[in-house]
Amino acid sequence: MSILDSKIPEGPLADKWTKHKNTINLVNPANKRNIDVIVVGTGLAGGSAAATLAELGYNVKTFCYSDSPRRAHSIAAQGGINAAKNYQGDGDSSYRLFYDTVKGGDYRSREANVYRLAEVSGNIIDQCVAQGVPFAREYGGLLDNRSFGGVLVSRTFYAKGQTGQQLLLGAYSAMNRQINRGKIQAFNRHEMLDLVKVDGKARGIIARNLVTGEIERHSAHAVVLASGGYGNVFFLSTNAMGSNVMAAWRAHRRGAFFANPCYTQIHPTCIPVSGDHQSKLTLMSESLRNDGRIWVPKRIEDSEAIRAGKLKPTQLAEEERDYYLERRYPAFGNLVPRDVASRAAKERCDAGFGVNKTGEAVYLDFASAIQRYGKEKALTSGIHNPTADQIRELGEKVIEDKYGNLFQMYEKIVDENPYKTPMMIYPAVHYTMGGLWVDYNLQTTIPGCYAAGEANFSDHGANRLGASALMQGLADGYFVLPYTIGDYLSHDIRTGKIPTDTPEFDQAEKEVTDRIAKLMSGSGENSVDYYHKKLGKIMWNKCGMSRNEKGLREAIEEIAVLREDFWKNVKVPGTANSMNPELEKAGRVADFLELGELFAKDALDRRESCGGHFREESVEQSGEQEGEALRDDENFKYVSAWEYMGEPKDAKLHKEDLVFDNIELKTRSYK
Amino acid sequence: MNLTLKIWRQSDAKSQGKIVDYQVKGIEGDMSFLEMLDVLNEQLINKGEDPVVFDHDCREGICGACSLQINGEPHGPDRLVTTCQLHMRMFKDGDTIYIEPFRAKAFPVIKDLMVDRSSFDRIQHAGGYISVNTSGNTIDANAIPVNKDDADSAFEAATCIGCGACVAACKNASAMLFTSAKVSQFALLPQGKIEATDRVLAMVNQMDEEGFGNCTNTGACEIECPKGISLENIARMNREYLKASLKG
Repeated sequence: MSILDSKIPEGPLADKWTKHKNTINLVNPANKRNIDVIVVGTGLAGGSAAATLAELGYNVKTFCYSDSPRRAHSIAAQGGINAAKNYQGDGDSSYRLFYDTVKGGDYRSREANVYRLAEVSGNIIDQCVAQGVPFAREYGGLLDNRSFGGVLVSRTFYAKGQTGQQLLLGAYSAMNRQINRGKIQAFNRHEMLDLVKVDGKARGIIARNLVTGEIERHSAHAVVLASGGYGNVFFLSTNAMGSNVMAAWRAHRRGAFFANPCYTQIHPTCIPVSGDHQSKLTLMSESLRNDGRIWVPKRIEDSEAIRAGKLKPTQLAEEERDYYLERRYPAFGNLVPRDVASRAAKERCDAGFGVNKTGEAVYLDFASAIQRYGKEKALTSGIHNPTADQIRELGEKVIEDKYGNLFQMYEKIVDENPYKTPMMIYPAVHYTMGGLWVDYNLQTTIPGCYAAGEANFSDHGANRLGASALMQGLADGYFVLPYTIGDYLSHDIRTGKIPTDTPEFDQAEKEVTDRIAKLMSGSGENSVDYYHKKLGKIMWNKCGMSRNEKGLREAIEEIAVLREDFWKNVKVPGTANSMNPELEKAGRVADFLELGELFAKDALDRRESCGGHFREESVEQSGEQEGEALRDDENFKYVSAWEYMGEPKDAKLHKEDLVFDNIELKTRSYK
Repeated sequence: MNLTLKIWRQSDAKSQGKIVDYQVKGIEGDMSFLEMLDVLNEQLINKGEDPVVFDHDCREGICGACSLQINGEPHGPDRLVTTCQLHMRMFKDGDTIYIEPFRAKAFPVIKDLMVDRSSFDRIQHAGGYISVNTSGNTIDANAIPVNKDDADSAFEAATCIGCGACVAACKNASAMLFTSAKVSQFALLPQGKIEATDRVLAMVNQMDEEGFGNCTNTGACEIECPKGISLENIARMNREYLKASLKG
């Protein structure tokens, strides 16, 4: 048997969570007051976990690198949050949400975890409404829903294009209530630099006060890591500038296994890169694909003329355009899942049909939607012979009502009016499905160290469906972790406060200060960004939307060489004992330089195509699916969990076999 | 384009700050204002000088971290954008740009252009929440119907990103727009009505304790707010406050 024990409760799928909750140990309220919990990260998962744990009575310390928990990157999520409420009466249920999530993840997630996620999803909406989250409503006063890619029901709750913001501010308000009661101590502008283990258990962290540069010791009976994903290993992504893998990676180095690092979501609709100065990428919500049609010119000469600025897209007639998603996937058309849409865009651009000056962009065109809505609106407004201008004006108004804030954002960035000329979009790194390996209780392979939200690997398999990230973060924090962590802490009621003046804390602090000193002592040839950009290029070119053995082997070599150079030649100005954003960046990039190599190693091991992981060697050779991704369930139906053994190249692979008792494994077809 | 930057440099909260001149070359219109500062910082690092410190994170206008006073205006000359969404095409070759931190007694400078806005957090701690437990045994979401207009207005108020532009724009350094946005969001929703009295008193009290000034209805906050939070919220908070004061 594998050393990985997922601890999935016995019994029928639908009863597992209830049964588990009924049988795990509890901690009585008086004892909770003597137990400390550290939560690293204050986004949806960390914020909701901190608030709930504090409310239960534990003493909570939260840590975030921002000046306030309200700035965590969950705030940038646009589209919505899924929940199997079946308010629309369209046949939704926990089972359907579970099924869609497992299928959308290309059968690489754990059934029991996903079912629990679906089961608690409805509760999230109840909770958030009670907190005063202003979701969109219908005229009757009840909650409104919309649909998202890859599903057949309307189960997405939303607050315009700012759902993440509203949910995060909800969790932040729940935290504030506990801060006001003194049950949460918030350490903002602090960064976790290491995990401290005592007798094999997670018992604290070493953190740096980012304002003073002071190194601090914090102890607790358990540590929750809710520090988000690692998309910034690509340098350019839709993540925030500060998003990083440090907390998770430090835990990995201390013994927590890292699962499926190669599963990355590359989102198809982002604003394309405009030049070398670019610092980050901006997402345009998936909801735009409901009304936008994606195309490139049919003739390569036309693409060349557009790139040279000699031709405008609006000058091309309908028959001169290649609506390649509609052509290749007639059943789903422009609404194929994210991984499929992204690869198709790359395929066209690689073939020379890209449309902006870098050749890496395709059109997302609203002209037909504007016409369609305009005609409909003219009819319902009683205009019988509308002119072309009237139709256009009415249609643009409908589009503005639906997507106004996104169109405004696009115009500010690109300086083109997307109502008049098609938007240009290109795929960008958006979310990482991989993360710390956790069991059913969300505990990592280090006892007492838990991982929640994007930082763990558990629910999305190889591809995440839209509007599911917010659901998972809040499910973990509000409804799962507060129960499961009690089971572990019930053994700690007699432990007493964990002292920080012990050899374990001494040793961890020394390692942290040595590492900082080493970062500061580089010869000073190149800035941190120089290395981060180079790493990003390697990742994007060789571990991006499509991967092959040769490229992955090269990536492993190149990243190792780059890492060595980084440690010799990085230039970090300023001092270690004062505010120093360059030092913060250097520490994060140092970890990305290790994670990147493990990422490539994981991608190399997985010689199948599944979800966001596409191996050029593994494609359908014939039939209707010719050229599409080919999953290999016989050989790769497992979670890769990597154990740290020193250099990333020496990491040891452990496999957790995925068992599907309730779902039949099928080929994902969108033809 | 080539630009002259006049940037506020201050090594820490206690030190005296001053304006320092810098030149940047080859700036493109497609760059965001912060990407222009990235160019300057890369230049400074390569020369062995201390880069300019400023708050920033999401760079898509929603986290509220960025906070620069550009040519005297919070978030610069464009409307309804944060500094990270301000693009260099708003400037011309040869321009001189003044870049300062948001200035207010309740926002002390930490370093250079970075200020301490924890006073905003403390106003929220005082009452910016509904006292409902988070353990998941609430009533069904649709058991609380909310009039769509009220829900929409609550949402508009709730879109405040807590950047502090309203304070920086105000001659009194008042935090009324910020505080009233949260008070309004909850005052408009049935869920928030139960604690309305305590909430508005506690939040206003905390706002005063932090040293923010009062409101004299100038309206600069609304104009400079990157999210277009309306002055109506201040009026609503004043009504709520009056009501609450009478109740005691």
